[in-house]
Formats: sequence, structure tokens, C-alpha cells
Amino acid sequence: MELFIKYPMALQLTRAHLEAIADHGARDYPSECCGVLLGNDTGLLKQVRELAAIRNLRQDQALAEELLPLAQPELESERNRFLMDPGELRRIEAEGRRRGLDIIGYYHSHPDHSAQPSEYDREHAWPWVSYVIMKIEAGRAGDYASWVLAEDRSRFESEPIDVVDVQAAPESA
Amino acid sequence: MAVKVIIPTPLRQYTDKRDSIETTGATVAEALAGLTTQYSALRRHLYNEEGKLRSFVNIYLNDEDIRYLQKDKTPLNDNDVISIVPSIAGGAAFGYRAIEFPA
Repeated sequence: MELFIKYPMALQLTRAHLEAIADHGARDYPSECCGVLLGNDTGLLKQVRELAAIRNLRQDQALAEELLPLAQPELESERNRFLMDPGELRRIEAEGRRRGLDIIGYYHSHPDHSAQPSEYDREHAWPWVSYVIMKIEAGRAGDYASWVLAEDRSRFESEPIDVVDVQAAPESA
Repeated sequence: MAVKVIIPTPLRQYTDKRDSIETTGATVAEALAGLTTQYSALRRHLYNEEGKLRSFVNIYLNDEDIRYLQKDKTPLNDNDVISIVPSIAGGAAFGYRAIEFPA
């Protein structure tokens, strides 16, 4: 039997982080919400330290189309698509790095849709980072899951989530 | 021209964890070709099957998006900084939304 263990093995976040994603998803419902997971890779775990909400640029169709055109604009909108504001993203990444935090993943909501990634999610995904998806059903938080793109980009792999009450202090180098 | 390419976090696993790589080239396209020759595992995440930059890969030269310059033919000067900036996008599957039942 071939034993293959992939590191980091899980995404660790707190109940408060999950509640914040749920609140953001409910607030923006029926549009998709999106944001960044800031934290550290300990080698064993990706530990989330902070979340940062990011504007879903699909609410500004003209600008979003310029950055990343949609294939079927009649079926796609901020209700089933998100595009993170690149300016906000660069600022948050730079601020995080100053405080020793990296972008280790992203979250977004699926309004009235399962927490499974779509083909569109896969096509636009980046390797290594975690993609947390939360279902928001009729404005209320539902299931959630974390996903990581397979090395050959062919599919998403489910990533275990370790939910803790309080995040342990960062490891000192 | 000797330039520096800034590597975003998700791609650093393919560059020995380095966040910037020195390379050379007369244009942005040449510098990126140099980079992906040095670190070939980057290629599938930056280029599609037709060898074109993926739509969600943004390239900045210093602080300008190259789509507003001369795209990948933009000429380089010594000490320029090229940044690979990911567009982060996604969203739910659709289909059933288009179906509306009469009340």
C-alpha cells in the first residue's frame, strides 16, 4: 500500500472565524461574499490568525469585466460569481506581511448552493492555498468545507478543517 | 535586461519558497519564459493549454498592469520589477437559477 501524506495536513481556524464568515455571507446574501484567510503555515497545519473581508468586484460589472470577462454574462453575476478587488488584495497582503502573516487561503459563500466547488471555482483556482466555501441558504449559514486544488489542476481535494475555540499562540522562530 | 519577478504565495512552493526570482529578458514575455524555464512547474499555473497566459493571471511591470502597456511585448529596463498578481475568482455552479416556475 502506498502511503502518501500531504503537508500541511489541515486548515485550523476558530469558531469565531467561522462565525465571521457566516455573518459576512448572510450580510451579503443573495450575493456571494469573499475574503482572505491570513495566517501561517506551520508545516503541519495552515493556521488562520485573521480574516479580511474583500469587496466582490462583480457588483461593479464594468470593472470586473475588464479584469476577468465572464463567458456567459446573462447567467453570471455577483449572485454566483465573485472576483476579489485586486487593489484591496494587494494592500491586505502587504499589511499582513509586515505583521508576519501570509495569505494562506480564501473564503467565499455559495448563496442557496452547496459548499462543493464548481467547475468555475476549479478553473480559477491557485495551488496550495485553501478555498473555504460556505453555503448560505435563504440568508442563513449552512454547511462549509475547505478545498485545495490538485497538483495537476484536474480537481479539488477536500481539506480537513480543525476548528478550535482559541488559536494557539504563534510559534516563535 | 536583468529584472526581478515577484512570486505570489501560492506559487512559492515551485520556486524553492523564494518570493522573488532574478531573470533576464528584453520583454515581459521573455522574462516570464526565462522564469518558467528555470522553474518549469510554474508553467501549468501561469499558461493555459494553448500556451497563453491564463485569464486570471495579472502581470504588473513596476506598478502598472501590462494590459495597459504593450501586454507581454512590453520592453524591459534593467532593474525592472515584474509582479505576478493572481486574480482571485470563483462562484457557485449555475443552471437551475435560470428556471423560474410560474406562481
